Amino acid sequence: MAPVGGAGSGAGLTGATDETQPRTPAPPAEPLHRTLGLTDTEYAAIESGLGRAPEPTELAMYSVMWSEHCSYKSSKAHLRTLPTEGPRVLVGPGQDAGVVDVGDGVACVFKMESHSHPSAIEPYQGAATGVGGIVRDVLSMGARPAALLDPLRFGSLDGERNRYLFGGVVAGIGSYGNCIGVPTVGGEVKFADCHSANPTVNVMCLGFAAADALLQSRAGGPGSILLLIGAATGRDGIGGVSVLASQTLEEDAHESRPSVQIGDPFLEKLLIEACLELKDLGLLEGLKDLGGAGLTCAVSEAASGVRLGADLDLDRVALREQGMEPFEILISESQERMLAIVRPEDVGAAQEVCAKWGLTGAPVAAFVDGGTLTVRRGGEVVASLPARSLADEGPEYDRPAERPQWLDALSADDPARAPAPSSLEDAFISVLGSPNVAGTRWAFEQYDQLVQGQTLVGPGADAAVVRIEGTLRAVAVSADGNGRYGFLDPYAGAVHAVAEAARNVAAVGATPAAITNCLNFGNPERPEVMWQFREAVRGMGDACRAFGTPVTGGNVSFYNESAGSAIYPTPVIGMVGILEDYRLLVRSGFPAEGLAIYALGDTRPELGGSEYAEVVLGKVCGRPPAVDLEAESKLHRLLAASSRANVLASAHDCSDGGIAVALAESAINGGVGFDVVPAGGAAAHLWLFSESASRAVVAPALGSERALEELAAAHGVPCERVGTTGGGRLRFGDLFEVSLNDAIVVYESTIPRLMSAKRAAV
Amino acid sequence: MSEPRPRIGVVTFPGSLDDRDALRAVALMGAEPVSVWHAHRSLGDADAVILPGGFSYGDYLRTGAIARFAPAMESVAAFAAAGGPVLGICNGFQILCEAGLLPGALVRNKGLAFVCRWLTIRVENGEAGGHESSGNLTIGRRGELLSVPIKHGEGRFVASPDTLERLEGDGRVAFRYASPGGEVSEDFNPNGSTASIAGVWNEAGNVLGLMPHPEHAVDPDLGPTGGQPILQWLLSAARARVPA
Repeated sequence: MAPVGGAGSGAGLTGATDETQPRTPAPPAEPLHRTLGLTDTEYAAIESGLGRAPEPTELAMYSVMWSEHCSYKSSKAHLRTLPTEGPRVLVGPGQDAGVVDVGDGVACVFKMESHSHPSAIEPYQGAATGVGGIVRDVLSMGARPAALLDPLRFGSLDGERNRYLFGGVVAGIGSYGNCIGVPTVGGEVKFADCHSANPTVNVMCLGFAAADALLQSRAGGPGSILLLIGAATGRDGIGGVSVLASQTLEEDAHESRPSVQIGDPFLEKLLIEACLELKDLGLLEGLKDLGGAGLTCAVSEAASGVRLGADLDLDRVALREQGMEPFEILISESQERMLAIVRPEDVGAAQEVCAKWGLTGAPVAAFVDGGTLTVRRGGEVVASLPARSLADEGPEYDRPAERPQWLDALSADDPARAPAPSSLEDAFISVLGSPNVAGTRWAFEQYDQLVQGQTLVGPGADAAVVRIEGTLRAVAVSADGNGRYGFLDPYAGAVHAVAEAARNVAAVGATPAAITNCLNFGNPERPEVMWQFREAVRGMGDACRAFGTPVTGGNVSFYNESAGSAIYPTPVIGMVGILEDYRLLVRSGFPAEGLAIYALGDTRPELGGSEYAEVVLGKVCGRPPAVDLEAESKLHRLLAASSRANVLASAHDCSDGGIAVALAESAINGGVGFDVVPAGGAAAHLWLFSESASRAVVAPALGSERALEELAAAHGVPCERVGTTGGGRLRFGDLFEVSLNDAIVVYESTIPRLMSAKRAAV
Repeated sequence: MSEPRPRIGVVTFPGSLDDRDALRAVALMGAEPVSVWHAHRSLGDADAVILPGGFSYGDYLRTGAIARFAPAMESVAAFAAAGGPVLGICNGFQILCEAGLLPGALVRNKGLAFVCRWLTIRVENGEAGGHESSGNLTIGRRGELLSVPIKHGEGRFVASPDTLERLEGDGRVAFRYASPGGEVSEDFNPNGSTASIAGVWNEAGNVLGLMPHPEHAVDPDLGPTGGQPILQWLLSAARARVPA
């Protein structure tokens, strides 16, 4: 085997200091596997599996494939408990993206992923390459990427670095998404101090394909050629999965900047078109994206998936720079690359398509019988491993989990017992103008929401709605999480996330179909984080079973903490729902004056973890509102039935900020005020700001009030008339009122005002 | 008797994004959409040509700076010189300016950020030359308001004082950004364009470039339809060239 030397960037495999680019040398006694992030036990498992000591190049391959990010070693035991099957599921977890049948022969491919760690270090490129990666996941199933959503979480915008991170992430998402012609149609932006050092940057992509023309990532046979298409391979992103994504970020994190990949969206656009053309011409057996762990991951997973081995020749990989070591080529996370699995006789034709789009298509590997992945450089074998051992035989841990004691005191402190605010109007303005509630136009105006011409509802609504060309169908999609709820009760937090995502999809009239997710947590090696994770997965599973919305895939992002302080445990749920006739979609704004306003669902005195408690009382405490999964399902069915019966003029989910905010948003979105009579008497603040689950604020079309009441009764959903639309004021009975214009200013100006504070320095 | 169905060519450059949207929009308006590939000289017997929006070649150098050298652009220039109707949308407008088929240039937005927003543009000259003709060969009467979206990072129209004077004097400013009520002011100028200019004509009146996206404003199911009169002009101009 060829000797392996140190490298100019990335961790040198010998652990020696490179003299031209001084780095912090590893302690001399530290064995290589530990430097690469593998434990002694993991090293022993590799050695016993191979029956020999691994070569350094091989060890580097294991270190990325057995990283937390790639192997899901801390999470997979729990993820296996999730419901994954249902009548609409065409492809469940385990492939590059999940797929549901949306009818009329169309499949919806969707997936969510985190790019939080790179974004914490380099927000613009970190977020941009997150978009690129998720788009390639969807592409690898043979679907045209059709929409993006970006759930984002940052520290308070009072902090200069948080403004820099938020601005950089939004600009990065925009620069990449806008340039590849995939509209950004939704997402959410939330702020909490625990995200200051660890922003959460999730990105979801969905795409469409003919249901009978999906590509499988498990494809090909002995002799099939693996064409590496797209960008040349460089040293960017060396160890992205092991250095960045599978460790906590500490104070010297900026030194990890070389592990952040650099994006080229123009190349990605060409890659999308070339791959779709290859597919349309029938030239593909299968398609794999190159993401985390680069070529090592793509080739070993492709081979292992069909129980074969592969011969990989690194001399055929186009390189961006000179002197790259084999291990660097193998684990580089250079962006904009895809691996096409092609029959040998089709290689020429496939390369012509690549050339048409100005791309190289290099035959870097071939499948072989026997299961061994053999890697050559300059004719010499530099690695020879069972492909399965890399892709499928990584470690699995049942890490200790323990409920933290500090939760008891928090749970016992119920904010509903606090005295009523001295001014309801001030409380209302504070909640409406909270950065967690206020409008996010500042961010989403930087995104192209319209390209591809199918966006029926874009950002800022309950759910985005994307039409499926050539049909009357549309897909509604929402991405939701609630960090405070997860912090106070991770089980309830996950249930709420699924419930709210489903409710958002139902509010536009769609039937919730399936979810993907991104599970954002701290360090799983700490028992309290593992407990939070376990509880969240349990809650997500229970809610998905109750709603009949299976989990088609997802992503786990651990190690979101610094100096022992973790982010809120935040499962973000990406829910896809189906609208059979887009002409029946229901929007959130009050469209006219003189409409009756109804509250659906029961309002209870539940302020635990609420926006009101944080903004007005200044505390995050109590228990999250209870969720009755059956009541929640009934509401979803009622909303979809009301849409089908065409009785609703508007519908809006009731969540953060309670009924007060739901009403205000319907007024702002529709440009029409209201007059409602709050319930609760002296404790009206409980009615206004309670975040009880399973509720919506709706306005039936004129003359459809009885029809709505009857439908609600038939579905067993409480339905109470609370007021009437009209006028230029938000009038809460005799309690207080605010002009619509003032409300709009509060709602729209919060984030621009915070962002225009002193320009952030890098 | 049905009118002839004109063929509208839409040029796809590497990095074009709204090409399929333009093809769909002209089909919806009753034309026959024709896809044109940047590397070919043939315009596919098109009666009119659209250069669509997007980021041709990534726009890494300067917007439109590389696309103008595409073989298809030689044919577009010849087609325009012969009086053929050409519409440049967003990146297409940038390419037409780079190619010298339209005056001025488009530079980074005043606010530096990409802006995607529905807004109002006011028709200044529904056809070049300040005529007030009726019929299909005009986009609309002066002062007519159209609701259309913009989505660009480099849409700030600039030109030399001489050029601006000629554009204004010759009636070749096609559109200005305006308030929903039609008032032109800096408050409603989304990108800092000189004199709020959103679109301009060439001297002969057969080449139009604009930053807003008419192809995204034709389908009533998706929103306002202010793009229809603009594409209708292109279809009518194309139809006028179809031999009876």
